[in-house]
Amino acid sequence: MTARLAPGALVRVRDDWPETRGKVHIRTPHYLRGRTGRVVRHLGDFPNPEDLAFARPARILPLYHVLFDQPPIWHEGSAGDEILVEIYEPWLSPA
Amino acid sequence: MAEPGLNLPSLPPERLLGALRALLAAKGLASPAEIAERIAATDAASPAQGARMVAKAWTDPDYRALMLADGTEAALSLGIPMRGAPPLGVLEDTPALHHLVCCTLCSCYPRAVLGYPPFWYKSAGYRARAVRDPRGLLAEWGTVLPPGTKIRVVDSTADYRWMVLPLRPAGTAELSEVALAALVRETDMIGVTLPM
Repeated sequence: MTARLAPGALVRVRDDWPETRGKVHIRTPHYLRGRTGRVVRHLGDFPNPEDLAFARPARILPLYHVLFDQPPIWHEGSAGDEILVEIYEPWLSPA
Repeated sequence: MAEPGLNLPSLPPERLLGALRALLAAKGLASPAEIAERIAATDAASPAQGARMVAKAWTDPDYRALMLADGTEAALSLGIPMRGAPPLGVLEDTPALHHLVCCTLCSCYPRAVLGYPPFWYKSAGYRARAVRDPRGLLAEWGTVLPPGTKIRVVDSTADYRWMVLPLRPAGTAELSEVALAALVRETDMIGVTLPM
């Protein structure tokens, strides 16, 4: 897979809950599912941990640093505060 | 398969370890030299390594640029063993932006440069509160950010490991690199405190 999301791109995290369908290993934090953020940069390409965890052949996936506004997710934060998270490309779509 | 009735946890740990090492060598998975190298790297890992990097970045603009561009290369250039370690990313604090690192999923931590994570870093309380209420959490640490400083919580969820490059404290212009390194604590490089 080649990285197709550019820095600054507005992206939405898939609102998907594979945990409800069986045994999985997921690195996308639950609090970000369905949330919109902005790509900071492509961090590199890494084998999919969702496969590695079960010793399955793993696809190499682009990994991005994605920035989210903190208060809309957790209301305890102050306006302007942010959350920066590593997310694999299959979890992201252009928003 | 273990022989029936063999209770592995009840065996002396040195005997188990010896057997495991012999098996790794016999199967060609890890040589005694590789195991010795890994043990040396693990022993060398401590917050003092990260502190050396921070102090050098405070005094050497070229090193600072390298550290921000490629943390792994910057660690290697100071002789810090990084073989087998995940890529190291460095988060630069500015007067307007403070970084706080956590791992909500488990306990991802830049062990090569900070050593073992402190117990609280792995606690459910820290992991939950760092993302939910970072300002409340910092207040409990007694950490006061200058007014107008934005907080960026870095949830370490995947293949990188992250450390903070904090701001150099005021009044330290006369200090040597070694003296500066002595000021930097593991909590400063996680972002729950500021170097003083």
